[in-house]
Amino acid sequence: MPAEGLKACGTNRCLSIIQLLAIGGMMKKLIATALTLLPFAAYAQAKETLTIYTYESFVSEWGPGAKIKTAFEKTCDCDITWVALGDGVAVLNRLKLEGKDTKADVVLGLDTNITDEARNLGLFGKHNVDASKTKVPGGWSDAEFVPFDYGHFAVVYNSETMPNPPKSLDELVNGDPAQKIILEDPRTSTPGLGFLLWMKTVYGDKAEVAWKKLKPRILTTAPGWSEAYALFTKGEAPMVFSYVTSPAYHIVAENVTKYKAAEFSEGHYLQIEVAGLIEASPEKVLAQKFLSFILSPDFQNEIPTTNWMMPAGEMTTPLPEAFNTLVKPAKTLLYSPAEVNANRKAWIDEWLGAVGE
Amino acid sequence: MNGWGRLVNEVLNNRPLRPSGTSPSKLEGGLNPHPPSAMLGEVANGRRVWWDRSCLSYCSPVVILSAILLGLVPLLHFAFTHDATFTFDTYIWKVLWFTLKQAFLSSLISTMLGLLLARALARTEFYGKSFFVNLLALPQAMPAIVVVLAITSIFGANGVLGGWFNIYGLSGILLAHVFFNLPLATRLFGASLQNIPHENFRLAEQLSFSNAALFRHIEWPALQRDLPRIFGLIFLLCAASFVIVLTLGGPSATTLEVAIYQSLRQDFDVPRALTLSTLQIIVCAILVMAAGKLALHHPAANTYKIEKIRKQNQTPWLDYPVVAIGLAIIAPPLMALFVGGIAHLNFNVQALISSIAIGSAATVFSLALAWPLARVQNNISQITTLAALIVPPAVIATGWFLALRHFDSVALVVGSIIALNALMALPFTVATLTPAFAQMTKQHDQLCAQLNLNGWWRFRIVDLPMMRRPLAQAALITFVMALGDLTAVTLLGSQGIVTLPSLIHSQMGHYRGNDAGGTAVILATLCYILTYVAQKIGTAND
Repeated sequence: MPAEGLKACGTNRCLSIIQLLAIGGMMKKLIATALTLLPFAAYAQAKETLTIYTYESFVSEWGPGAKIKTAFEKTCDCDITWVALGDGVAVLNRLKLEGKDTKADVVLGLDTNITDEARNLGLFGKHNVDASKTKVPGGWSDAEFVPFDYGHFAVVYNSETMPNPPKSLDELVNGDPAQKIILEDPRTSTPGLGFLLWMKTVYGDKAEVAWKKLKPRILTTAPGWSEAYALFTKGEAPMVFSYVTSPAYHIVAENVTKYKAAEFSEGHYLQIEVAGLIEASPEKVLAQKFLSFILSPDFQNEIPTTNWMMPAGEMTTPLPEAFNTLVKPAKTLLYSPAEVNANRKAWIDEWLGAVGE
Repeated sequence: MNGWGRLVNEVLNNRPLRPSGTSPSKLEGGLNPHPPSAMLGEVANGRRVWWDRSCLSYCSPVVILSAILLGLVPLLHFAFTHDATFTFDTYIWKVLWFTLKQAFLSSLISTMLGLLLARALARTEFYGKSFFVNLLALPQAMPAIVVVLAITSIFGANGVLGGWFNIYGLSGILLAHVFFNLPLATRLFGASLQNIPHENFRLAEQLSFSNAALFRHIEWPALQRDLPRIFGLIFLLCAASFVIVLTLGGPSATTLEVAIYQSLRQDFDVPRALTLSTLQIIVCAILVMAAGKLALHHPAANTYKIEKIRKQNQTPWLDYPVVAIGLAIIAPPLMALFVGGIAHLNFNVQALISSIAIGSAATVFSLALAWPLARVQNNISQITTLAALIVPPAVIATGWFLALRHFDSVALVVGSIIALNALMALPFTVATLTPAFAQMTKQHDQLCAQLNLNGWWRFRIVDLPMMRRPLAQAALITFVMALGDLTAVTLLGSQGIVTLPSLIHSQMGHYRGNDAGGTAVILATLCYILTYVAQKIGTAND
């Protein structure tokens, strides 16, 4: 019934009204509960609504979500409804759970490690956006996903407690075990997977040996970036796995310059964050409009100082000065989405075998 | 025979110390508490029949079990319609072994220390004691990562006691789990001790019980009755621990919960997640039920040795060291949390109101469900209570999402967050209410039968006033657990609902670790205020 309701009615808001009426009495209590919880008040629904699935931090108080919503709503007579999920992987899993019944019109916040899986769901349509002008290293030619920002991973270190940081991944692997690094778990975290892929691009078949050598240097493997970075800023270890852009935050927001990213001679692994539209969406035209808006300055201007990533398109405001002090990786390392999808499970098992004993 | 005589008689005839009718209840003051026993049996049975037949005793298990099924069935359906295969590998057994090992050690230390601490706190007086006792509610409300950070600032590589103790590994996991669960165990055991009738202590005093005898014959029976349940609860909490285990243990410290999370999140392998959950459910259920059976096989008190009592010095020499150890574990990380966060206080009114609103609603809901379960202690109520804790919340939340996703309503999202919170806290609510009910039912069933007092009026006149303190404590535990929840709000909330823990998480995700510390102080303060209020409400009649 819900799926038909969706087609007949054309919008999500019709759907909700019909069903609320249908469920009737049982729901009254819940609605009453919700009314007492006015802080989460229901959103106004008068105009065309574009439902965008994204990760939580994109639309949080400090994320770019609110400003991007305002900027886009000025260009159309429409509303953006954000649906915020834990992170990019959670967004993908939501799509897997919902399948063709998904309420999303646009999905924003997947990265190239999971776009192959997302593509295989058969939900995404062609974006028809000219993405040739994107500033993503290595260029862009994906027909279904538009990049909105990118960032190179890097080992970030505290220059006060670590005056001589490693200059290559190999130096990190073979360095003094007394100087520890905090990593993220590739099973539960995107940067964690990034470091695993970095090790794999550099060491290939010998990655397992390299992991075993690195193991005594690992203070701990945190479930996510937040936990790892919090332990690092507490001073638990002089190094953490993060992004090249991390030092910019400390300079811009805290005026602290002791945190630096180490430049590695083998090159740096890249994360590219993308958006795509749902082919079956009733708001496909609006969704396409949003995807071209992504590469416009109105969107891109917000990215550097809210998402702390590098913009994928042209900006009209200059990058903050702090970004000019950042490491600019000479070489970019990146597996194709298909390679990651085909090997991820085997590579994670290999990692687990090497460090999980 | 008067109450005293009956008690002594019971003791000497090797029967468990059972309360007589001489309770502090005002109602009973002028009544003969001992009607002829023949009549008593009949009417008391009639009373029990009324409770068993009433909707109250069946509604609650039905609601809870259907809520759990509402989570499991859609997920099973999803697994069967999306073909995927799962094989048991040696990795799973390794994971299972580590899960059981760390959970067993964590809960063993927490319950043993908690038992001693609860007893010590009941027997000692020291400056700032009530403050310390109120602090015991705080760890439960703290998101796991806040606790990990608070502990690292004391025991970490760069902590105050830096290098003295390696917190990265099993020892760190145990330390964090004890910090989390020792206060919980202490509070639950404290509730057990409070339910010992005063007459027992007075009798012990009259008989010049030694310290050891007092413990053995009066305190231990009460503690022992609740020990398996408290151990079981903490065991399950530790078995399901996730952030602490991963952050401090690393990849070699993988628990079943981590494997379930991985299979749901990274691989989206629903059959594997369900198989792992089933394994976890079976193993936990067996262990917890075994613990329950163990207690039944060793009935309350071996009071026949009572003649061996010698007059002894009553100085609680062991109590002060126990309190000192408890203080040393619990106080420093909390102090570190306050010192670190006080300079970065930030008020997010929306998060504060959302947290309080969700917490209050979940508390009311959970108390309503827990009351009949605690009132009628039978197999059904015990299984229901366990089921709510053993089935991983992530599994329930995913199933609920599948079942309810077609209903596009904010009310439903908020409702399901509240319901999941109530469900997760339920075993703790029941654990707090059960000892009080066990006591009260025995004390008042006969009296109420004699007075033909039942239904609403019994609830209003007898149960409610007598249950004031345990109810306040149960409400507090539920509220505090809901306050600290991150699972329900992350898995079910996608409509921009921000609570204090999700705010902390979001601040940390934006390099704002300092602000997160400030928010944690607000959460802790709110929790302290609630504890204070609950304590005032609970003791208002005393």
